[in-house]
Amino acid sequence: MEKKLKYALYTGCTARESTPELLKSTLAVAEKLGIELELLDEASCCGASHLQDFDDHLSLVLNTRNICYAEKQERTMVTLCNTCQLNTNMTKERIDHDPELKAKVNKDLAEVGLEYRGVSDVKHFLYAILDDYGLDNLEKQIVKPLKNFNVAPFYGCHNIRPSELHGNDESAYVPDSLDRLIQACGGNSVDYEEKNKCCGFHVDLQAPNTANRLSGNALLGAIDSDADFMVTPCPLCHLNLDVKQHKIGETMGRDIEMPVLHLPQIIGLALGIEPKKLGLNHHVVKSVYFQ
Amino acid sequence: MEQIITKKVTFKVFRFNPDNDVLPYYREYKLDVSQEDVVLDILNKIKWEHSGSLSYRRSCRHGICGSCAVKVNNKGVLACKERMFDLIDIFGTEMTIDPLSKERAVKDLVIDKEDFWKKYDSVQPYLVADVDAHPEKENIITPKEADQLLEADYCIQCGACYYSCPAVEVNPEYIGPAAMAKAYRFNGDIRDTAKVDRLETVSQMGSGVWDCVKCFECAEVCPKEVNPIEKITKLHLQTFEEGVAENNVATRHAVGFKRSIAKHGILDEGDLVLYSEGVCGMPQHLPEAWNMFKNGKLPMPWALPKSKNLDEIKKLVKISSTAKF
Ligand code: SF4
Ligand code: SF4
Ligand code: FES
Repeated sequence: MEKKLKYALYTGCTARESTPELLKSTLAVAEKLGIELELLDEASCCGASHLQDFDDHLSLVLNTRNICYAEKQERTMVTLCNTCQLNTNMTKERIDHDPELKAKVNKDLAEVGLEYRGVSDVKHFLYAILDDYGLDNLEKQIVKPLKNFNVAPFYGCHNIRPSELHGNDESAYVPDSLDRLIQACGGNSVDYEEKNKCCGFHVDLQAPNTANRLSGNALLGAIDSDADFMVTPCPLCHLNLDVKQHKIGETMGRDIEMPVLHLPQIIGLALGIEPKKLGLNHHVVKSVYFQ
Repeated sequence: MEQIITKKVTFKVFRFNPDNDVLPYYREYKLDVSQEDVVLDILNKIKWEHSGSLSYRRSCRHGICGSCAVKVNNKGVLACKERMFDLIDIFGTEMTIDPLSKERAVKDLVIDKEDFWKKYDSVQPYLVADVDAHPEKENIITPKEADQLLEADYCIQCGACYYSCPAVEVNPEYIGPAAMAKAYRFNGDIRDTAKVDRLETVSQMGSGVWDCVKCFECAEVCPKEVNPIEKITKLHLQTFEEGVAENNVATRHAVGFKRSIAKHGILDEGDLVLYSEGVCGMPQHLPEAWNMFKNGKLPMPWALPKSKNLDEIKKLVKISSTAKF
């Protein structure tokens, strides 16, 4: 790399709480690749599409405030969660295209001495690696290719839909970024019908049967296509697929034992970073191959 | 002279005639596709030149009657609007053409949309208003008031969203994106008087807005860019605005985000679940919570992360809040 990549890292809540392995592995991979990540410790929760159902204006103001802190660093904001990416980017899209709305949001932000200018982009870590770092460069760093592993990519909704918003060249119907990344890490990416489908996370509490069945379809799809493990760029999908896996097995009437890895974890493994540093010990369903 | 560009495409078409067939099957056709072809041209070509028995619906051929929706490689499309060359860009030159729902196939690509219409009917999909039978003057709607509909009135009831919705697929009670968009269409109409009624219908647990999984499939697939999930979000907001939202696990979960953000900036995930579920709802989560605890996925109460400059967040929650529960 000629120029050091520098980003403002919006961790989201999950990476600091229920999926600590996501933050660990992201930081380890960034360090190894020489990518500078400055944590946005000032940021608040993105509202996860739920605050958005209750108070639209408040969710706009809070998400805009988060972007303001990336702007202070004059850097692109990198997210680690599909839903953070969706809500932050959707906020940006709306205020960038509506001067009246922008003024209204900025009026509130002025009360705490902030102003949104619209100078920082927002992108998920997956696309920072793909578009900015480049798979060619990544391939050169691979020391422990994931040879002989069948890896099932699970894209998660909010990075690929609505495609109009994301502008990441990903097709909502035939996404391929994760597949390409898996291959760059030396693995064999498997194709299965549910790879671009929903895990149901957002109705976990009120409609667990819906959520379990959607996650169940994905897990069984991966199993039936001979995957050794799954990989996802979204910690919310991960929570469903990993933490709830045994309950999902009960719903589906099948024994399920499918390790699910976070995106930076497979990159880290292929870069030769030790599993402990990537937080693999935090998973409920252990990735036996790497322990 | 302009050259006519054609590409050879292999189509596998879903065939099923319940009078003769025990099970559906796929029939293969290899056809030349030209630049101006839409999916309907291909279906016509198959019917007129290869299999006269192929059944599919179409009427207007102008993207307005909503009858011709099918799935190509699992992507819902309006056959008379979707350009073949665009599909080739996405999928290459092998395509499977299916009915919108294989379970509901009546013959070949024709499906029985009864479930769709039933749910559609349940939201009072019409204007409810005392209309003066002999008005003295025109009933004028300003452009701004018309804009409030957010183009929800563009829906042509093709069903592409409904039969692509994963929530409908696993929960047959869920009324689905098209009916929701329609509920919004009339709730957003200043002449209408049945807003609260509709909100009561669409906020039912098990079938209403809280059962949408927020996957954006409907927004992606809609050939008229109705963006149903955007309308569903608006309906959520309306249930709070109109005081229709009941106190239940889903509404407490939405409100709980504000509460949690006001406390720490970033969520207190455990507290959010407790607040949403109430003490009685917690036992079902205990096995997972224990697994999370064992694997270091639950921070201890004294080590909960908090945002920096929390006072700013607290102030904004105070001055920017617009909703009540
Ligand atoms: S966003 Fe909601 S309504 Fe739309 S397809 Fe997904 S679950 Fe169905
Ligand atoms: S919302 Fe769009 S996809 Fe759904 S029925 Fe209406 S026109 Fe068809
Ligand atoms: S034939 Fe009427 S919408 Fe396609």
